[in-house]
Amino acid sequence: MDLILTEEKQRQLIELIKRELIANGAEHVVLVDSAGSLIVETGNYPLENVLPLAALSAANFGATAEIAKLVGEEDFTLLFHKGEKRNIHFSKVGKDYILIVLFDKTVSLGLIRLKTSKAAEEILKIMEE
Amino acid sequence: MALINLAQKELQVKIVYYGPARSGKTANLTYIYKHMSKQIAGKMVTIDTKGDRTLFFDFLPVNIGKIKGLSIRVQLYTVPGQVMYNATRRLVLRGVDGVAFIADSLRVQRQKNIDSLRDLDENLRFYNLDVKSIPIVLQYNKRDLAKAGVPLLSIEEMDADLNSDLQAPFFEASAVLGKGVFETLKEITKRTIRSVAKKLMK
Ligand SMILES: Nc1nc2c(ncn2[C@@H]2O[C@H](COP(=O)(O)OP(=O)(O)O)[C@@H](O)[C@H]2O)c(=O)[nH]1
Ligand SMILES: [Mg+2]
Repeated sequence: MDLILTEEKQRQLIELIKRELIANGAEHVVLVDSAGSLIVETGNYPLENVLPLAALSAANFGATAEIAKLVGEEDFTLLFHKGEKRNIHFSKVGKDYILIVLFDKTVSLGLIRLKTSKAAEEILKIMEE
Repeated sequence: MALINLAQKELQVKIVYYGPARSGKTANLTYIYKHMSKQIAGKMVTIDTKGDRTLFFDFLPVNIGKIKGLSIRVQLYTVPGQVMYNATRRLVLRGVDGVAFIADSLRVQRQKNIDSLRDLDENLRFYNLDVKSIPIVLQYNKRDLAKAGVPLLSIEEMDADLNSDLQAPFFEASAVLGKGVFETLKEITKRTIRSVAKKLMK
């Protein structure tokens, strides 16, 4: 099933991401589908890095879903990578989308968790409209 | 799964280079990456093991310009060909819009090509697709090795083995020398976009 993203949807998604995540300290936020297509993105990373980030994140999630099956889980709904200076948080949005949030060490993981789960619900509503 | 972004006036499609291990899938992407300007081809990502074997996939985004006012972004992927990596191949096929099947012209690889095409069909069926309905082109790669005296399959043999049912366009190629690489890319892109457009018109 192909996806058509209207201007209105794009505007709503960006507005939501800015309000919930960027305003709370996220450096960059990317929404991708499970095939690795970029849906929307905003923040301070260049597109040439965001495209592979989208592809690799989708694959990473796919691989993790396979691991989940091997240990008798349906799926893992979130992933977190902790770095020296920055962190990256991935969460499933519905069945088909992945929300990727990059943030540095000054921002608390708890806050990002809270805001991503709120944003995920709203994103799903927008995508399913 | 193609994605149309109406705000950006952009169409994204996913094309997967499929085929048996060592047929030249990565070599195709590498050639494209090296011979396109940086504005057109983005960063190439390769996930491989210590040797030159693809462990997960290769990825290369390519901007091929505008068609009917839409910018076209093609996301190229390769799969690992080794039989044991089937789960990975299936994962990479998720949301695929078109396939370039890279066959190995080496005579000793004859059965491997046939098996890989069958494996492609099986994996596509997992997503309710199949080799006959998806946009597909074939590439008969490593033709340059004929000069070195390596026993190759003839084009007719390869076509009989792989393309008698499909009747897809095919290209003779040498991915390391770049022969047939852009022809293959152009044709599969054209077919993929045409098929996406047709689905959208419905
Ligand atoms: N002579 C020749 N060698 C090739 C050609 N295409 C690929 N190769 C070589 O075959 C090997 C496997 O190629 P690779 O692209 O890694 O295969 P993949 O497993 O399909 O990704 C490498 O050593 C390549 O240099 C070709 O057209 N001619
Ligand atoms: Mg490879």
